[in-house]
Amino acid sequence: MSVVSSDAIPRVASKARLQWDEVRSRYVLLYPEGLVALNPTAAEIMGLCDGARSVADIVGLLKQRYSAVVERDVAALLDGLAAKGLVSYGP
Amino acid sequence: MLAELTYKCPLQCPYCSNPLEFAGGRFKPELTTDEWCRVFREAKALGVLQLGLSGGEPTLRTDLDVLVSCAHELGLYSTLVTSAYRLTKDRLAALKRAGLDHVQISIQAVDEALSDHVAGTASYREKIAAYHWTKELGFPLTVNVVLHRKNLHQVGELIRLAESLGADRVELANTQYYGWAYHNRAALMPTKAQLGQAWQMVQRERERLGNRLEIVWVLPDYHEEFPKPCMGGWARSYITVTPAGEVWPCHAAGRITSLTFENVREHPLEWIWCQSESFNRFRGEHWMPEPCRSCPRKAVDFGGCRCQAFLIAGDAGVTDPVCSLSPHRKLVDAAIAEVERVTAAEAADWTYRAAPASRAFAAKG
Repeated sequence: MSVVSSDAIPRVASKARLQWDEVRSRYVLLYPEGLVALNPTAAEIMGLCDGARSVADIVGLLKQRYSAVVERDVAALLDGLAAKGLVSYGP
Repeated sequence: MLAELTYKCPLQCPYCSNPLEFAGGRFKPELTTDEWCRVFREAKALGVLQLGLSGGEPTLRTDLDVLVSCAHELGLYSTLVTSAYRLTKDRLAALKRAGLDHVQISIQAVDEALSDHVAGTASYREKIAAYHWTKELGFPLTVNVVLHRKNLHQVGELIRLAESLGADRVELANTQYYGWAYHNRAALMPTKAQLGQAWQMVQRERERLGNRLEIVWVLPDYHEEFPKPCMGGWARSYITVTPAGEVWPCHAAGRITSLTFENVREHPLEWIWCQSESFNRFRGEHWMPEPCRSCPRKAVDFGGCRCQAFLIAGDAGVTDPVCSLSPHRKLVDAAIAEVERVTAAEAADWTYRAAPASRAFAAKG
């Protein structure tokens, strides 16, 4: 399975919306007829997808905050959401 | 949550899931703008995140942009479920500005003649125009088609139409027999051979399209061995609010006359969801009779559909008659056998969903 490259720029797809849900105490990604409730790590990564940062930038920022950040795990999360059409990659 | 804003509709589709007696006094007067906004607030506080704005035809509500904006401010992800009849690009653009998230537009067939015949209203050309506007304005788009004996052979072409329109999703919804569809069942139900061919086409197209276009196939449940997990279980994750404020666990439940449904004009939504008799009656597993009670599938299908049990077996508290283990399965088999026996040309005519016919149903009670 191909993994997204470090210089790809992920963004939340236009059909999806990231927001905090008070009732569930979680970030959720809403899209047509569905939602994904995100764990805190996934929510933080999605929050960093601003359409300007590359995957490498995001991993770099996470490494400043936490000791054990694995680029492959970040890419796997993004790829999983991209397969559902919830994340798109740009140059 | 599904907000059925009005039961008025310019289309007359014979499979409509609205109640047969939609034109009767039970569904009047419609909730006001303020009442709907209060319901949305209460829904959000209860945990609702997805809001379907449906009907009838929701664009007949002149306050639709206000309702959309109210939903948007609350953080609800809103879907407009529309026929697109008489919808203009300006109106769609105004709804976009108000914060509408997603548009679902129905079509009744792949060609104008059949689509207009099924809808009972010349609407095909307006739908095609509206699909293009929806994409031009940057909305995610779902193309919805209800499938039945007269259009099931078009499944492949319908998928390719949705693809050519740049749709994100196409919902191929085999007719579920409630409301007008139950009344018109003999005219609508397809043969097993039709279903088999359509399903093969769906599988081929899914393979070809990958994740470029999501193809949703709503199962023709009469032809299954086990019932569908209707609504993911009674009153587990779904609420329908009808035009005059009655609250149901699904959009067909109002037909169950052995239950009394509450109204948002008299009770907060949270009380209805948590406390009301109608929402608790079939929640969980305590109500289940045999063969569900001792069946390992009860955690998978939740006993199937309560509305279907009521419509077919006359008792909302029995196993869904679609289940091969149900003592009432023979009633479903008989309906299927009748379709196989009768040719399409001999099949009964349907009754269009229209106010005069509805008032006659309402008067009969």
